[in-house]
Amino acid sequence: MSAAIEFRNLSFATPQGRLLLDNISLALPEGSITAILGRSGSGKTTLLRTVNRMVEPTSGEVLVHGSNVRDTDLIKLRRGMGYVIQENGLFPHFNVERNVGCVPETQGHPRAARIRRSHELLTTVGLDPTSFARRYPHQLSGGQRQRVGLARALAAEPRILLMDEPFGALDPLTRAEMQDMLRKLLHRLKKTVLLVTHDLDEALYLADRIVLLEEGKLIADLDAAEFLSATQPEIQSYIRAFHRGERAVEQNANQAAGTPNPSETAK
Amino acid sequence: MSSGFFSQYGSEMVTLTLEHLWLTASAMIFATLIAVPAGIWLTRSPRWARPIIGIANVLQTIPSLAMFGFLLPLPWLGEHAARIAIVALTAYALLPILRNTYAGIRGIDPSVIEVARALGLTDRQRLIKVELPLAASFILAGLRTATVTCVGIATIAAAVGAGGLGEFIFRGVASVDNRLVLAGAIPAALLALIADGALGLLERWLQAPAK
Repeated sequence: MSAAIEFRNLSFATPQGRLLLDNISLALPEGSITAILGRSGSGKTTLLRTVNRMVEPTSGEVLVHGSNVRDTDLIKLRRGMGYVIQENGLFPHFNVERNVGCVPETQGHPRAARIRRSHELLTTVGLDPTSFARRYPHQLSGGQRQRVGLARALAAEPRILLMDEPFGALDPLTRAEMQDMLRKLLHRLKKTVLLVTHDLDEALYLADRIVLLEEGKLIADLDAAEFLSATQPEIQSYIRAFHRGERAVEQNANQAAGTPNPSETAK
Repeated sequence: MSSGFFSQYGSEMVTLTLEHLWLTASAMIFATLIAVPAGIWLTRSPRWARPIIGIANVLQTIPSLAMFGFLLPLPWLGEHAARIAIVALTAYALLPILRNTYAGIRGIDPSVIEVARALGLTDRQRLIKVELPLAASFILAGLRTATVTCVGIATIAAAVGAGGLGEFIFRGVASVDNRLVLAGAIPAALLALIADGALGLLERWLQAPAK
């Protein structure tokens, strides 16, 4: 019962019969930060979306705080979870303040309280309310939009945060800033987080557990340190694809400075 | 047109303009009440979109004089020329409103809809807070097209005795009096331009906050 999210023998096939999730069982403890890693099409987004029932599994079940999501009121279930996606999905006709406060708004909270809460959250995600609250999404940079998206996801004080490639569309520097902000925030907030990413570095930096999916199958469920030292070929190929640039530069430098190649001296 | 013409036909011109306006406005109200909800429903059941929009399309292609003729023998309608006119005009106004409502909502960035659902907005909240405001300028553009079409077609209503500015035009054609034709055509054109302009302003105003 201590698991915040639990997948039991979960499978999902498209109506065309393509198996996207293949018998996945996994339990995520309350307060844990789990990264779901995998290449495009591995089923990681689908897995995430079964939690808030944006996808209904073909078989198996998803439990949230011990109760089957299928038996939970859909609206209540979704309002209890923050949701952040790569395209941010901010409402273009709402200003930042109203975007952030939109879940409390749908719950009928009074306007003054919503605005107070929304300003508080903007500060939390590193945006000054006095200059950002009244702006519209198209007046923001990509990173700022993601911050607003994150603030909106936190507005109803959800215990669970679902994030699908939240920083996937950002440049590396902005992404690093966002990761720093999120890392600090998550350590403070103690929420159960499910983070979908294809970036091993991001997974290691933010999560305490890494789940690897491949073709809908669960390949590994390890903590970050275990993951790096694991010998499974699927994990190894992931690690090999990581920091390649650095290794290449190192190799080139060694070649240039090191012992001259004997075949070249022979010429 | 001399001042003698106005003293002779001036008051009739006002009456016919008001009649014209009344026919068009009633038809637009009915068409909006039918086509906007229907368009919303189609976005929920998109497999019906092709057949239903197809039907509205066919209605649109019926020549207007023929449409008035078809409706003439119908029991409840035939008794009242204005009823025929309003039904016919409503039929013509359906397509642009229906199509734009459907396309306007379907055209919203899917990630916005996705997040609206995932954040736990109810279907009704999603419609009222997100979809309708984002599609509003599109829907209004449909209303605009429909209004201009209706103002034009309403001149044919005089053929079945429903009045309106077509009255002058038909009389003018019959008596080869260009002044009468113009007395119908110019106010009708002005009505169309004014309606188009006013709805255009409204459209621009609605568009202002979002990009």
